[in-house]
Amino acid sequence: MTGTEDMAGTARDRPEDFLTVRDLRVHFPTDDGLVRAVDGVSFRLQRGRTLGIVGESGSGKSVASLAVMGLHSGGPARISGEIWLDGEELVGASAERVRRLRGAKMAMIFQDPLSAMHPFYTVGAQIIEAYRIHNDVRRSVARAHAIDLLARVGIPEPASRVDDYPHQFSGGMRQRAMIAMALSCDPELLIADEPTTALDVTVQAQILDLIRELQAEFHSAVIIITHDLGVVAELADDVLVMYAGKPVEYGSATDLFDLPQHPYTWGLLGSMPRLDRDRSERLLPIPGTPPSLITVPPGCAFHPRCGHTDAVGTACREKVPELTEVAPEHRIACHLGAAQRERIWRTEIAPKL
Amino acid sequence: MSTPEPGGALLSVSGLRKHFPVRRGLIRHTVGAVKAVDGLDFAVTTGETMALVGESGCGKTTTGRLLTRLLEPTAGSIVFDGHDITHLSQSRMRPLRRDIQMIFQDPYSSLNPRHTVGTIVGAPYRLQKVRTEHGVKRAVQELLELVGLNPEHYNRYPHEFSGGQRQRIGIARTLALRPKLIVADEPVSALDVSIQAQVINLLADLQDELELTYVVIAHDLSVVRHIADRVAVMYLGTLVELADRDSLYAAPRHPYTVALMSAVPIPEPSRRLQRDRIRLTGDVPSPLNPPPACRFHTRCWKAQPVCRQTEPPLVELTPGHQVACHFPEDVPPATPAG
Amino acid sequence: MIVFIIRRLVGAVLLLFVVSAVTFSIFFVVPRLAGATAEDLASRYVGKTADEQQVRQMADKLGFHDPLVVQYGRFAKGIVAGADYDYGPAAEHCPAPCFGYSFLTQAPVWPDLLDRLPVTASLAAGASAIWLLAGVATGVISALRRGSIFDRAAMGVALAGVSLPIFFTGLLALGIFSYTLGVTAPGSSYTALAEDPAQWAYDLILPWITIAFLYAAGYARLTSSGMLETMSEDFIRTARAKGLPERTVVLKHGLRATLTPIVTIFGLDVGLLLGGAILTESTFSLNGIGRYAILAIGANDLPKVMGVTMVAAFFIVLANLVVDILYAVVDPRVRLT
Ligand SMILES: Nc1ncnc2c1ncn2[C@@H]1O[C@H](COP(=O)(O)OP(=O)(O)OP(=O)(O)O)[C@@H](O)[C@H]1O
Ligand SMILES: Nc1ncnc2c1ncn2[C@@H]1O[C@H](COP(=O)(O)OP(=O)(O)O)[C@@H](O)[C@H]1O
Ligand code: SF4
Ligand code: SF4
Ligand SMILES: [Mg+2]
Ligand SMILES: [Mg+2]
Repeated sequence: MTGTEDMAGTARDRPEDFLTVRDLRVHFPTDDGLVRAVDGVSFRLQRGRTLGIVGESGSGKSVASLAVMGLHSGGPARISGEIWLDGEELVGASAERVRRLRGAKMAMIFQDPLSAMHPFYTVGAQIIEAYRIHNDVRRSVARAHAIDLLARVGIPEPASRVDDYPHQFSGGMRQRAMIAMALSCDPELLIADEPTTALDVTVQAQILDLIRELQAEFHSAVIIITHDLGVVAELADDVLVMYAGKPVEYGSATDLFDLPQHPYTWGLLGSMPRLDRDRSERLLPIPGTPPSLITVPPGCAFHPRCGHTDAVGTACREKVPELTEVAPEHRIACHLGAAQRERIWRTEIAPKL
Repeated sequence: MSTPEPGGALLSVSGLRKHFPVRRGLIRHTVGAVKAVDGLDFAVTTGETMALVGESGCGKTTTGRLLTRLLEPTAGSIVFDGHDITHLSQSRMRPLRRDIQMIFQDPYSSLNPRHTVGTIVGAPYRLQKVRTEHGVKRAVQELLELVGLNPEHYNRYPHEFSGGQRQRIGIARTLALRPKLIVADEPVSALDVSIQAQVINLLADLQDELELTYVVIAHDLSVVRHIADRVAVMYLGTLVELADRDSLYAAPRHPYTVALMSAVPIPEPSRRLQRDRIRLTGDVPSPLNPPPACRFHTRCWKAQPVCRQTEPPLVELTPGHQVACHFPEDVPPATPAG
Repeated sequence: MIVFIIRRLVGAVLLLFVVSAVTFSIFFVVPRLAGATAEDLASRYVGKTADEQQVRQMADKLGFHDPLVVQYGRFAKGIVAGADYDYGPAAEHCPAPCFGYSFLTQAPVWPDLLDRLPVTASLAAGASAIWLLAGVATGVISALRRGSIFDRAAMGVALAGVSLPIFFTGLLALGIFSYTLGVTAPGSSYTALAEDPAQWAYDLILPWITIAFLYAAGYARLTSSGMLETMSEDFIRTARAKGLPERTVVLKHGLRATLTPIVTIFGLDVGLLLGGAILTESTFSLNGIGRYAILAIGANDLPKVMGVTMVAAFFIVLANLVVDILYAVVDPRVRLT
């Protein structure tokens, strides 16, 4: 493990950063071996900005976000690194302290709103509960607040729907209700883990608009986790691409989509069918499948699927590439030299995207 | 059995309906019906890929199950390869099952976890009592190779495979009996992008190699553009637009199709604020009580009184482009796009 | 919800009819199919010394020559509305629910049964309360401290509980607590609750614990595995994400979801127990329904056996009904059906 000063991504501290994550590692000891679900992730986020975390399923996105929320505590997870939220370190903080921040200062929206809500309590009761843990108010006040919130997230007739059970809501309404619950205490950090994956495109567009509006209104910091590059492009200011628990590319959304530098990001963009381009006869999938996080390939974890190892040589298989800055505020973890990258991008990748 | 020449209709459907009765009350009397599929007319020609798209609950899966006769239609007719299969009994249907196969959405639950890949892929041979030239095992291994799996994995169990590989197993199983028509219900929507692209390419290769005809059910319009030759857009059990792929994507004519396309996120952050989008509000109404006349009028921004009174028929506006709307969108002047 | 309850009620009544028909068949139809004549059946209602004439008269009186449907109608009517028996000179009215008269004592069965019901009910009520509380609490703690000493000890004891027969644990408990230590009642005594609640509990505590020991084990396992499953649900993660204290997460969100299947089994177990805790009552010499059944069977006293069967069936059907309704109360998703 490397020292803390060259922590990828956050070499300098910026006072304006609301959330700073440094060299976060989350490992799970299991019967089959050690699962390195998150292995050295760093990023930072200001108020009012949105960070997108992208990667295929199993790349450690959810585990990383749950670590920020302190939701691994009490479980088998081994966590190291630093998480600074508004000047307060959370990895070393007591579980009780982090619990008090959870739901109040930071809140989370989950992927499948049906299973993420308790089936036996009404939507209203669940929002009221969230509000009353952190605010000492009477039930009736909390209920009025819940109705306000439901109206705010666009639930029609909130005063009567507040007493419905989650199964009586449609998928889109459930996700709105989840958002209402997350917003109940005006969190300054909102983490949305695949908030639209279970929804139709039309509803997805509504929910993304809603998150955007609410962010503008509350000026909160938002992390949006998804495997859909389109969703990231819609919302994020900065993007972190993860592969096998490690960050492989980190930069502003415009840089990342206009001038992606890492072979894995190229692969993701190439396998995406797109409506905004002429139809290509064939998609360009990444060959193979993501690795198991127990036996991560040595060297660059992406090397068994990477088509550019020839340009590098044995380093891909032997040496783990560090996340390094290749352009201002744009970092990648790859052994390819700048000239080679530039040539491959220009001649092989860009023409096909 | 006659094999129609390429270009002829392999499957044609007219007035297809499926209503699920809803029972309530003390004696469980019928109080209404979920009109899951409510009058579909279309034909699929040999060798083409036709896609059914629409929001959740609009009746795509139900249509797929009707086409494969896993469900019995309430009304209408389905003609496959010259046979009227609308009301065939299960036993009369059996010989035709070889020719019509279905791929399911969920690669996790559609494979029996207690059976090996060999057993799963070989099951159609045993069920249909088909003789294979060099034994079932050889045949299965050839199939595994065809879909890009290692034939030596014959004795492994589904849980040992990733999602994409499981979907390949599912595809191999449907290919066993060399079907003519494959109905694929959301074959890639549970998969990661990189894997999704692999499976899309695989389906295209298999189509070329085995001269398959596909009906693909999907909700992702960008995926559909890659695999389909023709696209049928469904809303609440009816077809609202049916067109050639190029014509549909270049100039969608039905307001609902326009809204669907507008909702697809574009992976280009620099353009996100410039796009003028159409946002549908609310959810799809319940198919138990679909809005009268044009079913889309509750969410349509162009709705006029006539839309609430007269149901717009599905008419051919330009050759090969059918639309059911009183006020279809105009074709933008000469912007030929791919 | 009302419709739901009504439908379940109608179902329960129908079920009782089916049960009564089956009971009737077992006692009256099956013997006939096996070759017994009407007189053979009637001979059990008259003394051993009766001659053929008397037996035939009895068979006539009891209607054993009538078609089976008529016989069943009379049987069912007796239970619902009571029956009149015409013994020639004297006619006697047997009020509903009428299961007939004991062969041995000539006393009507129902009042006898009614006498013993409180004993069995007290036994079931106390024992079930204990096992539910102990079982669920143990299960929750085991689930939360999986692999701990508590968990292993609890599951070990649970295994013993399920595998040891009740007459063994019962006698052991009697031996230790009543005969040696003298802290509990030595059995065979019962005081009505209304009379002296403390004495009531004192008399029954040992059988309660013995039964509870048997059942709590199963409940602990069920709760523990249910809790383990529930605690990995997404909604538990949501509850934690709200910042709820772990206690609330476990008790309000986790346990609530886990209890649903337990409620079902609990209802059925209590129903079964009300139908007769046969071994326990024998072990502790309590005069409840179970012991009544044993004695009746031993004496070949058909009406009594039939009465016990119907009462047991009634409690089980009732428990089923209560469980169904409880289920709908606990799980809002069920109410729609
Ligand atoms: N067996 C059934 N009984 C009653 N209603 C049904 C049944 N099967 C489907 N439906 C209803 O019919 C409608 C269409 O369902 P279908 O599964 O075809 O939708 P879909 O277009 O495939 O949606 P999705 O994209 O979510 O898969 C839905 O409202 C559904 O609830
Ligand atoms: N409690 C756990 N014990 C062991 N492995 C885990 C645990 N939670 C997550 N993992 C593993 O960590 C990896 C990353 O998971 P996750 O963050 O959920 O991926 P995603 O990027 O799809 O959100 C996966 O391989 C997953 O199996
Ligand atoms: S380090 Fe090598 S294997 Fe990894 S992405 Fe770069 S070129 Fe490919
Ligand atoms: S018919 Fe009217 S309501 Fe329906 S889609 Fe066309 S314009 Fe909209
Ligand atoms: Mg995830
Ligand atoms: Mg479907």
